[in-house]
Amino acid sequence: MQGRSMRGLMVLLAAFAVTGSVAASEAAGEHGEAAGVNWQEWTAGNEVTSTESLQRGAANFVNYCLACHSLKYMRYQRMADDLNISAEQLRGSLIPTDAKSSDYMLSSFPKADAEIWFGKQPPDLSLVARARGTDWVYRFLKGFYVDASRPTGTNNLALDGAAMPAVLSDLEGVKTAVFAEHAAAGGTHAGKAVERFEMVAHGRLKPEEFDGFVRDTVNFLDYVGEPAQVQRRSIGLWAVLFLLVFTAFAWMLKKEYWKDVR
Amino acid sequence: MAGSNDALPVRTGFLGWLNKRLPVDQFMRDQLTGYFAPKNFNFWYYFGVLSLVALVLQLVTGIFLTMHYKVGETTAFDSVEYIMREVPYGWLLRYMHSTGASFFFIVVYLHMFRAFLYGSYKAPRELLWLFGMFVYLALMAEAFMGYVLPWGNMSFWGAQVIVNLFGTIPVIGPGLVEWIRGDYGIADATLNRFFSLHVSAVPLVLLLLVALHLVALRQNGSNNPDGIEIKEKKGSDGKPLDGIPFHPYYTVKDLVGIGVFLVAFAVVVFFVPTFGGLFLEGPNFEPANALSTPEHIAPVQYFTPFYAILRAVPDQQIGALLMALSIICFIVVPWLDRSPVKSTRYRPLRWKLALAVFAVSFVALGYLGLKPADGLYVLLARIFTALYFAFFVLMPLYTRGESTSRVPERLTFPNH
Repeated sequence: MQGRSMRGLMVLLAAFAVTGSVAASEAAGEHGEAAGVNWQEWTAGNEVTSTESLQRGAANFVNYCLACHSLKYMRYQRMADDLNISAEQLRGSLIPTDAKSSDYMLSSFPKADAEIWFGKQPPDLSLVARARGTDWVYRFLKGFYVDASRPTGTNNLALDGAAMPAVLSDLEGVKTAVFAEHAAAGGTHAGKAVERFEMVAHGRLKPEEFDGFVRDTVNFLDYVGEPAQVQRRSIGLWAVLFLLVFTAFAWMLKKEYWKDVR
Repeated sequence: MAGSNDALPVRTGFLGWLNKRLPVDQFMRDQLTGYFAPKNFNFWYYFGVLSLVALVLQLVTGIFLTMHYKVGETTAFDSVEYIMREVPYGWLLRYMHSTGASFFFIVVYLHMFRAFLYGSYKAPRELLWLFGMFVYLALMAEAFMGYVLPWGNMSFWGAQVIVNLFGTIPVIGPGLVEWIRGDYGIADATLNRFFSLHVSAVPLVLLLLVALHLVALRQNGSNNPDGIEIKEKKGSDGKPLDGIPFHPYYTVKDLVGIGVFLVAFAVVVFFVPTFGGLFLEGPNFEPANALSTPEHIAPVQYFTPFYAILRAVPDQQIGALLMALSIICFIVVPWLDRSPVKSTRYRPLRWKLALAVFAVSFVALGYLGLKPADGLYVLLARIFTALYFAFFVLMPLYTRGESTSRVPERLTFPNH
């Protein structure tokens, strides 16, 4: 009798929970599905366990980003150790001649000049992938388009009014964005609705090569955001396995002791 | 089976020497082997011991974090990243501590819900409930101040929002806020005092309250899913017929619960430590910046029900008052619930319905507290806030003269 009414309570709770979640998902609303380039949905799809991708990403970062952006929490040697980069490779192409391998990866860009040239200092990127997410970084790196009203001549879909010029344009090429006639409904976070891109000038890389370049770079920034993450997952597997075995033994012990409780 | 009146073992040698000076055997007998607990504890009874496990996890990881954390507005954020990157297994300590805080609240909420399910706050356990509530209040203060310490942007703005709530108190408000902050804004002075309180004062209070909570628990013994006092039915040997010694029966049973808890805990710590932004929020990986407000400020998940109540009201002063009341409501529950019967099992549908509505409202408010406060979300938050308060305010009415079903003489065991 009382068992049934307890079940009744549980059913009631479940029913309420379902109604609640339905209402909530309706409240969340649908984002307008813009025809054309759905850049808001672009995902980085990076694989942080891929050492080769990380090595390429590290090279990309050192060659294209480090001139302006520091990784102030990242030491060259830590990067080399984690990414299987040999001392020769590190010394040969990744580290400035006057730096030690134990140094942090700092840009030598003059800060005062940056303020004058861009209106702000280029931010440190150690944690950008953690703070904004890898997808955002990916959208940002692929989101530059021609905008004559900006001092840099370009603007960015992911960060409207970005102070950063399109430094990867020699690889990607230069593109203009054709915007949809009517801005798609759906809040301020939705961003501009793009119908299509038009290439004004081609870059040194094919589109798919450039995409790989960006993914590698995002992958590297993901790693830099949390260098321990690969180690974390591999230790985690053993930790969880151990705890499962422990719990199984504890359960058998409990069974044994409770046999005589009636 | 041992009992609290059983003779203590005769000890010689070192153990004899020790027991003459410290009541080790006596303590074991009185509190573990001779302490009788009802034998029908179910799933809901794990969350007490799990709260204790969470407390110990937080204390131990906290001690090690304190060895590397550097308080101060110019050093705090960097030192947390130093812990995450350069301290050996520092990332593990930090994730255990941040995940531990979230798990602590989850188990405490389930522990509290258990009290509602089986009337554990009713006579003679009102003080037990009160101490528990004070533990909960201390825990909220502890968690809030801990959240400020990494000095990320969400730490900063969260502190701004919460501390400003005290400013809504008439007359003394503005002065009080300044006194709490130690400055005209959230600043270095605030961070330093929060650190001091987080690592010393509040943990001490917390431990004292937990001790009192346990002493009050032992005074009358645990309640149980049937809400029957097992001490009223004793055998000829003076031991409760429906009781079993806490040790070894519940120690081994709790071990299983702790195992399951740790599996869930490890899965989060090692595989999803940020829990999709619920346990560690993205904007908190940017340093505190007084010039840049995060898109929307949401507190960590365990405070969101109260945050949703705060925002459900257009007037900030009334919102803050309701928020305070929503927590105070819990404290007076033992005197709001007029039913003579403890366990929900023997209480009418009316009570079950009320409890279900409350549980759903609490979870829904928790969800809404994470969402921006606009449109339908606000409407829903208002509805659930009304239901939340109705549960407490109307409790004396709907629990008076309940048509309860017959409570059995003895425990139902095994369950079903």
